[in-house]
This record gives sequence, C-alpha cells and structure tokens, in this order.
Amino acid sequence: MALTIDGFEGSGTFAHGVHPPENKMFSTEMAIEVVPQPSKVLLPLSQHVGAPCQSIVKPKQSVAFGEMVAKGGGFVSAALHAPIAGKIQRNVVTTLPQGRRVEAIAIKSDGEQLEGDELLEEIFGGKWPTKGLEKYDPQQISNAIHDAGIVGLGGAAFPTHVKLMSNDKADIDTFLINGCECEPFLTCDYRMMIEAAGPIITGALLGARAVGAKNIAICIEDNKPRAINVLQKAADGTGIKIAVLKTKYPQGSEKQLIMAVTKRAVPLGGLPMNVGVAVSNVGTIAAVARAVLRGKPLTHRAVSITGGGILNPKNLLVAVGTPIRELFDYCGGFRENAARVISGGPMMGFAFTNFDAPVTKGTSGITVLTREDVAKSEETSCVRCGRCVDGCPMNLVPTKIALASRNKDIDLAQQYNIMACFECGSCAYNCPAGIPLVQLIRTGKGLIMASKKK
Amino acid sequence: MVSLPGKARSNIRTINLVMAENKQQIESDVEAAAPVFHVSSSPHLSSKSDTRRMMLDVLVALLPVVIMALYLFRMYAVRQLLICVGSCLVAEALFVRMRGKSFSLNDYSAAITGVILALSLPGTAPWYVGVIAGFVAIGIGKVLFGGLGMNIFNPAMVGRAFVMISFAAALAASGYENAQSAVDAITQATPMNVFKQTGVATPLFALFTGMTNGSLGETSGLACILGGIYLCIRRTASWEIPAGVISSVLVLGGIANLISPDSQWTVLHHLMGGALLFGAFFIATDPVTSPLTPKGKFIFGIGVGTLVMLLRVFSGYPEGVMFAVLLMNALTPLINRWTIPRPLGSQ
Repeated sequence: MALTIDGFEGSGTFAHGVHPPENKMFSTEMAIEVVPQPSKVLLPLSQHVGAPCQSIVKPKQSVAFGEMVAKGGGFVSAALHAPIAGKIQRNVVTTLPQGRRVEAIAIKSDGEQLEGDELLEEIFGGKWPTKGLEKYDPQQISNAIHDAGIVGLGGAAFPTHVKLMSNDKADIDTFLINGCECEPFLTCDYRMMIEAAGPIITGALLGARAVGAKNIAICIEDNKPRAINVLQKAADGTGIKIAVLKTKYPQGSEKQLIMAVTKRAVPLGGLPMNVGVAVSNVGTIAAVARAVLRGKPLTHRAVSITGGGILNPKNLLVAVGTPIRELFDYCGGFRENAARVISGGPMMGFAFTNFDAPVTKGTSGITVLTREDVAKSEETSCVRCGRCVDGCPMNLVPTKIALASRNKDIDLAQQYNIMACFECGSCAYNCPAGIPLVQLIRTGKGLIMASKKK
Repeated sequence: MVSLPGKARSNIRTINLVMAENKQQIESDVEAAAPVFHVSSSPHLSSKSDTRRMMLDVLVALLPVVIMALYLFRMYAVRQLLICVGSCLVAEALFVRMRGKSFSLNDYSAAITGVILALSLPGTAPWYVGVIAGFVAIGIGKVLFGGLGMNIFNPAMVGRAFVMISFAAALAASGYENAQSAVDAITQATPMNVFKQTGVATPLFALFTGMTNGSLGETSGLACILGGIYLCIRRTASWEIPAGVISSVLVLGGIANLISPDSQWTVLHHLMGGALLFGAFFIATDPVTSPLTPKGKFIFGIGVGTLVMLLRVFSGYPEGVMFAVLLMNALTPLINRWTIPRPLGSQ
C-alpha cells in the first residue's frame, strides 16, 4: 500500500525505528466501560509538565462534580477539577508511578454521583457540530482549554492551552491529531477514535482554529483500519484529512510523526511550532471539544488496563484521581504470572509498585506484563553489531552514548549528541547483548545536568 | 487476585530477591498483592535476538564454505578445522580462566574464530601452525584486549598474520602444494601464484565454483556469496561492508585492466580469485572490529578493497586480504569518529 498522504509532503513513515509485537489483542475489542465512581480520589497538584497548581479549597469543604479545586500555578500549568461530588479531606502525599512524591488533594465521595451510561453520555454524548464553529475566536478557544485544565493525554501531560494558542512568533499551518498509539498493548486511543469520533472531529476543527492552521490531519497507523474507516466517514466534508501511516515504533513520537506526515524536521531542542506544526493527541482534542462547546473541565479519561498479567483486560473511562488498585480489582485482578506493572506502555512506561497511586491526566494505560514478557537474557559485551544504530529514530549511536555514560565520559556522550535522545527504547529493545542502553543514557543525562549546575 | 499462604509468599519473595537482576528493584507490597512485582528502567520488552543467535547465524552462513572445503580438500580440511577450532576453544577456556572471568565458550565466538582461521589457512600446513595460530588469535587477538567485544583486530587474522610471519615457508605459495597428494586440488599451484609465476590466469568458471587450490575457504566464490547473502539478509553482517569491498575492487581492478589491457588477470579474476569474497563477507564483516554506522561501514569496505588491490598489484605478496583487514581494523576507531551521524533535526 502506498503511503502517500494526500495534500502532505511526508512519505507516511520515518527513518529507522523498530517493530515490537503489537499485543493490542488483549483489549482492542473491549468497548470503553465506565468504572463505578470511586469512593475517594487523590488529585496530585503536579501531574502535568510545568508549575504545580495551587489548591483553592479547604478541608471539609463540599465540592460539586466538575468544580475547580486547584488553579494553575503559572502560565505553563493546568487547573484541577473535582471528578466526583464530595468533601475535601486533608492533603496527602502520594508517590506517582514516575517515582515523584507529590502533594495531592483528597476528595471523599459524598452525595449523588453521575454513574455508568449517564456519565458516558455526559462526556461523549450529544451533538458535536462541525459547522458554525467560526463563532469561537482563537483566544476564546485557548481560554476554554486553559479553564478546563486540559493537558496532553497521550502521556506527556503538557498543558494544552500553551500549544493551542495563536502565536505571533510562529506561523502554524498544520495541525496534526495524533492517533498513532504506537506503544504496544495500549488501546485507549484506538477506542476513543472508534467510540468518540464526534468530539475528535469537532475538537480538531477547534484546535486548528486556535492555532490558525489550514491543514488538519488525523494520523493513524495502518494497523487500525477500523479507526481509519470510522474517522474517514466522520471527517467527510470537514476538510480534515486522515493520514494513514506505516505501523512502526515510535511513529507516535511527535518528531517522527511530523517527519512522516509533513517531511519537516523539528530542530534539536526546538518545538513543533518552529516548523509550523502543532500536534495533539486524539483524547486531548476530544476533551478540547467538550471544554469549548460545553464549558466542561477535564475530569475523566480513557485508560487501558491491559497485558497478559491481568485477568480481564479492558478499556475504561476513569475519574482522574481513582486509585489504580481499584481498576485492577475491576478487571478481575492479576494472573499468577504477572511480573511487572507499568504506567503507560512497555516501551516508555514506568514500572511501579505503589498501586494506591491515582490515575493522573497523563495515565494512558496500565500494562501488566508477565514473567515471559520481561524475561531477559544475561547482559553480555557489546559486539558493536549496530542494531541500536539501525533502530534509533533520532539517528544516534546509542551504544557509544551509553558506554560513554557508563564510563562517566560526558564529553564523549555529548559529542555523540546524548541530549537528542528521547528515550524511546528502540535501541535497548534491539540490543542482542541485553545492555540497558536507555538506563545508561538516562544516567549520562543526569551527569550532564549535574555538571551544568556546578 | 492470587493468594498464597504466608510461608509460600515469603518464599517467593526470597527467591525473587535472590534472583533480582536489578539493584533498583523495590520490594513490592506483598501483603496486598502477590505475585511480587519488580521495577526496572524502560523499555520493558526486548527483541528475542541475542548475541549467541547472531554467532549461530555466522556458523550457519559458513556452512556452504565449509562443505566446499570438505569436498575439495577432504582430510586436509577435516584436520585443519579440528586443529584450529580445538585450539581456539582450549585457548579461550584457558585464558578466560586465567583472567578470572566466567565461562565464555557458550557464546560460540571462539568457535567462529577457529572456523574462519582454519578456512584462511592452507590444508597442507603442519599441525603446529594451526595450534599456534589458534592460541595467538584468541590469546593476543582477543582475550588480551578484554574478551569478546573489546578487541581491536580481527582475532582470526591476528593468528594468521602471526603464523604467516613465523612460518613463512608453510604459508608461502609453495606451502599450498603437495605434488604427491591424493587430493587433486592440492597438487596444483594456487591460481594467484600461477598467475604471478607464469602470467596465465585460471578460468573464471573454476574460480567461481572453486575447483582450484588455495586456502581452505577461499576457493569457491559461489559458496562465499551464498553464505554472505544469508548473513546480510539476517542482518548479522552489514551489507555495506561487502558492497564497499566489491565496488572498490571493481573500480580499481577496472583501472588496472585499462592500464595493462594484455593481462589475463581481469577485474573479475580479482573479484573471484584469492580470498577476496571470503574476506569481504566473513572477515571484514566482523562487527566488533568494523565501524558502527552504515556510512562508516561502507568507508571501511572501500578501504579494505583498496588496500587489497594495492597489495595485490604492488607488493611481494600474491594476496592482501589479511593485511588489508588488519590495517582497516586499526582505522576503525578513527572512522567511527569521522562518521558520527547527524541527529534528526540537527542544523
């Protein structure tokens, strides 16, 4: 199949990359289910990139569903809203899967809650117009996103209003909606595309208005024909293109996606806007539609609970702040061979053991791997086979960087452009010697940061 | 939720702690959820390929060459292969133990060095030549530098160079011949030597199929190409290296032809004759001693091909593959430094 994208210059793929087993079958056919609203939620004040937000509530205060409980702590920050009606309790400290210990607002459920299909209808239901959106001017859209506390739901959790605003410095002509979901196992974006095509299309049109982009494309890997089909129909007559991309990891990485669709290379240390592009995840853009059209904040998100180590893998609509443990219970608990629990997918996700940690806005899924999945042969010497070089989507030489990091030779690591690495894991996935390349590169980056502080 | 009696739980915990490969691992909340979960740095998946599998690929790829050697040289080939592989394995076990390192024969790399060494020697060489070459290859060529992955020079070629200098007669052109031998090939002179002496070139078809005298593995262009293509398809060898070698030989051989159009030794003789194809596919492609990036690999290949042609045309030796590879091995760190790729998005 030719991967040329009508109206765009990209070839539909990028150089290098790897093909890990997709493993989407665990949860790909599971429609999004609504989890019973939790009896208690924890809302970490720092669950996005940027400044932590500031609590505006006091213990024992009652809050309604959707009421703001913390405001943004700066320009790059995002507000928090109560996902359930309830009473504020004393702030607690929790450990997020990333390992950060953060302060969190605790809310105890109190009173009537919106449950089940009613909640699903509230969030994805109703009409999602594709016409007449001209009445929202860019500033208005950006403000609505800001007020709704929306951050990137693909995992990075970067505040969305910062990306989706008219910018005098950059002339953005292209708005890409990222539906690649290249991480193995995860399926929540796929389900969103099938079940929430309406808000995605509306959100895409609104987002493009906010940044002033003329070209809009929803980008999907060619292993998701059903999502392509659904969105093609939904996008009919709106001018939105569906960019069908080659299935390859990390196709969903921002820089690789922009290269595949527009053939533009985001400069090192730069942002997509430097090449006239803005990128948002499908889930994010659906939340944008709801925020702009209905003034509703981001309180729930789709989460995949998947992997061979969980009894009944599912895609769930979850209140932000729900303890992850409750989701495991809802999915039938662990299988006996479960060996590692990961927030996110297996390539870039974080292994963690504190299952009391809450679902955050950036939690795209929880993958429970089995002993067979994580089995690894013993580490041996690098034989310089170059498979890490073949895999690296940034065109680096991972083995050199990793071994320089291991030897604390930060000059050599920098000569080999260590800072260009975004830790996608392709090199370590490929390495036949089982060298923890990404881990070593992270240590090297840490050393460089430390040396700069001196 | 899997629930186990307390004792079993603590047993699992102990076992897992003992087996822990990662110092970072945190003891999980055993009370709430057995099984035990470990943490680790991402990525959490790895491709199922490992170094041993790559080494097995090399042995598989060498099969056509080995079979050809056995067919052509009979007992000579059997003897040389046994001697070289045996001495390499013994040397590896011995030297690795002397360094206090763990057992390393199971990565097959010593066996590969042995096979390649044997295939690069004449079947007629006395037993001690193979033994010494094997010990030098593993001892000086590899273990001295720190073992697999650390060596600068191709171990098999280090061993071969050592015996070539030490036992010049056994490895000179005359060392390849034995007029009394029952094996046909051995009664003839090697094609390169025939040409050097008499100016008569062996027919190309004989060079291609390998019905000539020579080092055990070098005679058949066909066998080398078959094995080499397998290696390249499996991505165990990088196609850039043989491509570089062959293209530079084609260009330089072509120029040599133009300069002396009367010579019977054409560019295709350069390609099919001697150890060129064996070297291009099996010796120069040793990943440890060749550059890392595709561009670096191609430069390396061109360097090997160019040096082979210089040595063949201008030096006293009829063949130059071994020295060409060793010289380019020495240049590999420099090539790596020259060919640091530009990251995506660099200015």
